[in-house]
Amino acid sequence: MSAARSTRMRNDPAHPKSGTKTTTTKRSASTESRARQPSTGHRTDLLESMLRIRHFEERCVELYSAAKIRGFVHLYIGEEAVAVGVNEALTPEDAVVSTYREHGHALARGITADAVMAEMYGRTTGCSGGRGGSMHLFDASRRFYGGNAIVAGGLPLAAGLALADRMRGRTDVTCCFFGDGAFAEGEFHETANLAALWKLPLLLVCENNLYAMGTALERHQAQTDLAMRAASYGMVAWAVDGMDVEAVEQAAQRAVEGIRAGTGPHFLEMRTYRFRAHSMYDPDRYRDKAEIEQWKSRDPISLLTDRMRENGELGDREVARIEQRITAEIDQAVEAAEKAPEEPVEDLLHHVTSSSAEAVS
Amino acid sequence: MGVDGTHEAKTTYREAMREALREALRSDDRVFLMGEDVGRYGGCFGVSLGLLEEFGPERVRDTPLSESAFVGAGIGAALAGMRPIVEIMTVNFSLLALDQILNNAATLLHMSGGQLPVPLVIRMTTGAGRQLAAQHSHSLEGWYAHIPGIRVLAPATLEDARHMLAPALADPDPVLIFEHGSLYNVSGELLPPDAPVDLDHAAIRRPGTDISLITYGGSLPKALAAADELAAEGISAEVIDLRTLRPLDDEAITASVTRTHRAMVIDEAWRTGSLAAEVSARIAEGSFYELDAPVERVCSAEVPMPYARRLEEAALPQTADIVAAAHRAVD
Ligand SMILES: Cc1ncc(C[n+]2csc(CCOP(=O)(O)OP(=O)(O)O)c2C)c(N)n1
Repeated sequence: MSAARSTRMRNDPAHPKSGTKTTTTKRSASTESRARQPSTGHRTDLLESMLRIRHFEERCVELYSAAKIRGFVHLYIGEEAVAVGVNEALTPEDAVVSTYREHGHALARGITADAVMAEMYGRTTGCSGGRGGSMHLFDASRRFYGGNAIVAGGLPLAAGLALADRMRGRTDVTCCFFGDGAFAEGEFHETANLAALWKLPLLLVCENNLYAMGTALERHQAQTDLAMRAASYGMVAWAVDGMDVEAVEQAAQRAVEGIRAGTGPHFLEMRTYRFRAHSMYDPDRYRDKAEIEQWKSRDPISLLTDRMRENGELGDREVARIEQRITAEIDQAVEAAEKAPEEPVEDLLHHVTSSSAEAVS
Repeated sequence: MGVDGTHEAKTTYREAMREALREALRSDDRVFLMGEDVGRYGGCFGVSLGLLEEFGPERVRDTPLSESAFVGAGIGAALAGMRPIVEIMTVNFSLLALDQILNNAATLLHMSGGQLPVPLVIRMTTGAGRQLAAQHSHSLEGWYAHIPGIRVLAPATLEDARHMLAPALADPDPVLIFEHGSLYNVSGELLPPDAPVDLDHAAIRRPGTDISLITYGGSLPKALAAADELAAEGISAEVIDLRTLRPLDDEAITASVTRTHRAMVIDEAWRTGSLAAEVSARIAEGSFYELDAPVERVCSAEVPMPYARRLEEAALPQTADIVAAAHRAVD
């Protein structure tokens, strides 16, 4: 993958269409993919999972405008294929570390729309008891460790989860999501070095949406070929079409198999794009309308829907049925969140130390 | 034994700490020690010498020079069920890991609504006195004591060096242990603890009736020496060792001031915004009507620590400064 090609992608979103194959910067010879056979049922599941994230967040926009939810809200719209595809490669025992743009990761991981929505509302029924909000979603029972709002701050922690799993003789993988912006932080490089040095079972998933807030990739990275740079640490690194959920899934399956086989950390550069502004506060003045439209033409949801329709795997009735189910699910999540209790102010100092509160079950 | 050429019957602070680490590694296979040069080198202050041979490289783990990554890795490992002890060479270098300590270790429990306690111990040296100049000599433990969600310990005696680690590991939350560099060679007879060491209470190291000298860590020997001098002059100083800088033992401070009616705080950090400032404020808030004199503070001069011996000595709180301050309060 050359730097030139990375740059070209920015102006030519259709580029990855040239093949559903992932591009390999460095390939591990021993990892023959045992990826799930593509089937209609499976593709329908992927579609439903992406639609859940999309509709959830579209509802968040409405709720934010209505001042029902507040704070920093970072939408994942356009990037759904990454969370959904990667999650397919993980087991419930694997660990996931995420950023502040994590609604998609949390929902794909199986945290219910109810629990995430209640967290947006700051209610006790939220997945972080209302203490975290949009940027700090957690679910210990699903090994979902945040929800980290410090760019690159989750990376060292993910290395530690992987280290502990290995020291305890488990075969679990820790998956850490982060953005292209994290590549400029020391913590990324410290962690890449440490993880490769210790051959940690760590899957590094860089969601390269080409912007760190308003700063385009080529204005924050001297070398924009991220997979190549990750490979320089001695780990297997691939660039993947992050708009194609099936390509993401296949790449993630292969990487996870390699990691479980003991070949150390793997890096996936997911080439993706956020269709919305960085956060609800952002007027999005730094991007070309044309560029956004071009990328929208490769909307991961349409891409899969079209493929399935072409194959005769999906009809209008099926789409309507899924949409209806998800809308009901999110309606119900909003309704439950509206009614959910707020924590009494007397509990303010809970959860500062373990003795200062009973843990949320 | 013998790294310092000390007498067999005596123990150094360094050896006491090492024995605590050895016991921790022996008694719980979730415990491991991780940090720069803790293995083959034996720890940059010789604390972990021999532990690699005894426990192997998985559990006595040399790390690259990556404070943020290995402190963060300790946090992640703690979340996944291990009991890591992370060593940072000095508090100055810990600033490269401050993000992980403050934004992750101290906050994950809260942000997760109580789901994610971080049972992690971080040890580091602090303090001046060895002519190591400005980037190796500062006392920043007071900054860490500012942070809710962590516990901050400053073992000043052989017994605390030996016995604070086990309860620190048993604490479900992050614990930072500050070892003053000038204490490692202190030697003496290690007494068996008369009670299990707890991490909540300050200790009266010397009872007295005329003034409370409130201190911790590397300043304790100086405060005790000052108390000796004062005793020779007929002034009875009580020496309180805070031991735990967060949470502070308010009751012990109040009780002592109520006995002596005069207070002095000795802290090797800079005076402005220091732990000494916090303790003084608490005395003003809680024991104002007990005071017969203003609270005295003996802290480091407001200067990056100089290398030159004479200047370093002048910058640090010294026994003579403590004695002089006591006179101001008592006379
Ligand atoms: C250490 C740090 N510096 C700055 C910020 C402010 N900030 C929040 S998101 C962001 C951009 C990050 O971009 P990227 O990593 O590419 O992720 P994306 O938002 O595109 O998903 C910045 C600068 C932060 N949260 N943390």
